[in-house]
Order: sequence, then C-alpha cells, then structure tokens
Amino acid sequence: MVMGKQRVKFTFPTDLVTQPIIYDLGRKFNVVTNIRRADVREEMGWVVLELEGDDQEIQQGIDWVGSIGVRVDPVAGDVLEG
Amino acid sequence: MGFGVLGVKLLAYCSCSNTFQEDKRISDRPMVPSLERVDIRQGLCYYPRRGAVPEVVAPFLIQRGADKVAFVIGLRCRECAREYPVEPLNVCDFCFGPLEISYDYKAIARVISRQRIADGPLTIWRYQDLLPVDAENAVDIQAGFTPLIKAKNLGKVLGLDNLYLKNDSVNPSFSFKDRVVSVAATKALEFGFDTLSCASTGNLACAVAAHAARAGMRSVVFIPSDLEAGKVIGAAIYGPTIVAVKGSYDEVNRLCSEIADNYHWAFVNINMRPFYAEGSKTLGLEVAEQLGWRFPEHAVVPVASGALLTKIWKGFDEMVEVGLMEGPVPTRMYAAQARGCSPVVDAFNAGEDMVKPVRPNSIAKSLAIGNPADGIYAIRTMSRSGGAAYAVPEDEVVEGMKLLAETEGIFTETAGGVVVSALKGLVERGAIGRDELTVAFITGNGLKTQEVVEDVVHPLTIRPTMEEFEEALHGLSAAGR
Repeated sequence: MVMGKQRVKFTFPTDLVTQPIIYDLGRKFNVVTNIRRADVREEMGWVVLELEGDDQEIQQGIDWVGSIGVRVDPVAGDVLEG
Repeated sequence: MGFGVLGVKLLAYCSCSNTFQEDKRISDRPMVPSLERVDIRQGLCYYPRRGAVPEVVAPFLIQRGADKVAFVIGLRCRECAREYPVEPLNVCDFCFGPLEISYDYKAIARVISRQRIADGPLTIWRYQDLLPVDAENAVDIQAGFTPLIKAKNLGKVLGLDNLYLKNDSVNPSFSFKDRVVSVAATKALEFGFDTLSCASTGNLACAVAAHAARAGMRSVVFIPSDLEAGKVIGAAIYGPTIVAVKGSYDEVNRLCSEIADNYHWAFVNINMRPFYAEGSKTLGLEVAEQLGWRFPEHAVVPVASGALLTKIWKGFDEMVEVGLMEGPVPTRMYAAQARGCSPVVDAFNAGEDMVKPVRPNSIAKSLAIGNPADGIYAIRTMSRSGGAAYAVPEDEVVEGMKLLAETEGIFTETAGGVVVSALKGLVERGAIGRDELTVAFITGNGLKTQEVVEDVVHPLTIRPTMEEFEEALHGLSAAGR
C-alpha cells in the first residue's frame, strides 16, 4: 500500500450539481476528501480538493467520479500547452 | 517554509455567512467533505475572505549580488492573498489557488526610467527591473524586442487606419514562448534545478529545449504520442529527451501534473509558473515603448491558458505603477479563440465569471487548452478594461493566416490566423473604430503549422521554353491573377 495525496478539481454538470458525489467518494473508497475551494451554482459547479489515501484507491475513486460524468482536472489547469 | 499552515489562526467562511471551522492548522485538516450538509444551490463556498488572513508576512528581499536587490517581495495567492517566500511553487498550500509574483513597486519606481530601459539590451532583459530573476545570469537566446509593424495593407482591407502588428513569430524558437521560458529557465538555474521540462504540442517544447541547450541543462519534453513528427522536430533538434505519452489529452495532462509533483525538475508552466508567466508582460511593455511610450486603445490577443492576455495588461498596469506612463491604462483587451476551443470567450460572452472546461477540437492547436488555468483572470481583465471576446469559426482560421501573409508578408501559425480573423470580426461588429490605435499580437510562426495551408501550393509547371512560360503567364492574366 502506497499512501499519497492528489490535488484535483471536480467540475459538475447541471444534472450532478445536487448529488452528494464527494460524500459518496469518501464512502465508496478509502479516500479522505479535503475541500479547499468551491463555487457551486444551479447550472454548474466546481470543487478544488485534496484526496488522501492509498494511491490505488485514489485512482479508482477518480475513475469512478469521472465515470459518472464529473470532469476531473489537475488543480493548476491544463499543463499541456501548444 | 510556507505560510498559512503553522501558527495561523483563521476562520473559513461560506458566502452564505456560515462559519465552518476554526483551527490552527486548517489547511492540513479535512473540511466538511459532504456537500449534503449544505444547500449547495445557495452557493457553497469555502473561500477564506481576503480580510480573514490575520498574519502579516514580512516582505522578502532577495539579494541579487553584492550591491543589487531584486524587487520581489514574494509569491502571493491570487485567491486568498496568502504570501509565500520565493520558491518553485505555483499553488497556494491553503486554498490551492494560483500564486503570482509580488513586487515592491515603490523600490522599482526609484530606479526605473525610460532612459534606463532604452540603454538596456534589445531583448526582454531591458525590462529586468520588472522581472523576478537576476538578469545578470539570464538564460538568454535573445528573446524579445520583436518588430512592431504598422499594417497599412491589412488595415486597408479591414478598415483600420491605425493598425499595428506585434510580430512575435520571429523570436529565436519562432514563438512568444521564448519570453516566458527565458524567465523560467533563469529562475530554474537560480533554484539549482538541472532539468527543464514541460508538456507541449509544439511551441513550448521548442522554447524549453532551446533554452535548456543554452543553459547547459537537461530537458525532458512530454508530448502526446499521436503528435505529428513535423511538430516536434523544432524541439528535437536541440537534443531534449522526448517522452511520447499514449493516451487522451486529459490523461497526458494528469500524468504530467503527477510527474511534476514527484520529480525535482523545473516544469516551466507548473512549479515554475509564477516566474514563467511574468515573461509575457514584456510583450505589453515592449508594445508601449515601441509605440513611443503610448498605450494602444485596443489589444487583440490569442487566448489559450489566458495568461498572455492577463500579463500584457499587467505589464501596462505596472508601467503606470512605477511611473513610466500616465494612468489609467486606456487599452481595451480582446480575447481571440477558435470556435473549437473557446471556453474563455464563451464564458465572457455569456456574462459568466466561471469558465466551463471543454474538450478541445480545433486546428489552432497552440490555443487548444480546454481547462485554462488563467481563464477567469482573462475574463476579469477584459471586463475591467472594457474589452470583449471573439470566437473565430474554424474555417476562418486559415483565412486569417492567408490574409496576413498576402497583405503584410507575415507567415503566422494558426493562432495568428485566429487573431487576424477575430480582429476582422471585431471591426465588423463595430468594437474597433477606423482611427483607433490597435495592436494585434501574432505569437507564432507559420512554418510550424504548414499542413493546414498545403492547398496554397499550385505552381505553374512548364517545360524549359519561353513559349511555355509565356503561355502559362497569359493563362494567369486571363484568369485575372
């Protein structure tokens, strides 16, 4: 087991804004979610947070969040530039 | 050592006035992860208010040598205003907001002058007082001081009598990225890094590899594995290690962020980003100087991450701050993006102050950033300056490239095509008046994206006789060419 942390930004589409996805992420996976900043509105929202736990659990958690329609990005935005 | 973690007592507020937690080490402790506990439709917000930071951080003055002191106070979070010493760090430890350089403008004002700048080298380093590095040890391949051209022919076509083009496509590695990488590479050496790195689909890779070669540093450049070979030759020639990553755009982004976290390398636009971004300011400084110490009334800028537009404005603003120019800055800032990747333009035109990430699908690859790090700041800059935003239909990108080449003799890449077509659109919309002083920023060279204009090649093929030549020429005249 390799413990680690990842800083990520979740962007929620309208239909997922009201869902307790971060709560579910913490329950479904052995990952501690630590919210640092957020702006959640009716039509969309984003949350910047740190995920802490086993690297594999974090990755599985991110994959799950992505699979249900939440966009997951690095907190610093896209790093792949032209 | 970072600030905002040890010995800081603060409160975190929600915009609905709820107080969530009071703690001495709030940034190390999980904060209410369940959104169920709050009615998020009312706008859940964990922003610590600027006024809620109780600790006063003393300025850091960096010794530049025996008799010189740089004018950097430190790094400051753009969201929560926490301050940090000068370190290879791009994100606030508390709120994960982006960090930028904080300067002592009063000290700069005491030494800077138009004459001091004019006496400097014909590169970005003439503005060394406003850069966060020691210029004496600059990693310098002569970036900057590129031509500002009065565009009479293009202006005539567009209906502008006072149009200028800032031609940054003639930088040493053929894009404006030389400016930002020159600053980042210099700072990387100051920090003691031996490896310069980036993830790129073109211009940035070239600039990183070139500057690393000049600095005697190792360079490691990450590219998507499906990138055309032609696009990376301009970087490969300088001898970097090129890592081709198989996977989607998002996967490449995520992997590179993770590598940056785990390797002690200078990633120019990740851990070096606060320093890197400052290089863009020199475009604004240069334009004002080249206009005879005047600000343009309009500036049309290509937008990818949004940093370039934001920093050009910051450069203008700083000229006023340090007494080089009279304020306020009159320039209206305009963002130009291609329709296939226009998250900043879309948000601005919708009146949003939130940028919705998109998956890029544009021929303007150098502008294809779906989740722009500085998008929100670009929007704020446009709003503050009274500017606007324009998304160019994909099929007009190449038209813009051809128009620029045919009228002014400048072969730009797709990003330049976006700028020219956006300028055309803005004039047609009435945003820019005929006599108003306008500068369009051309940031990359057309030799890098030749494939999008292959259709321009149609030579007159003849046998080596005068007869055939004159016949072909006659055919041209008959066709009105």
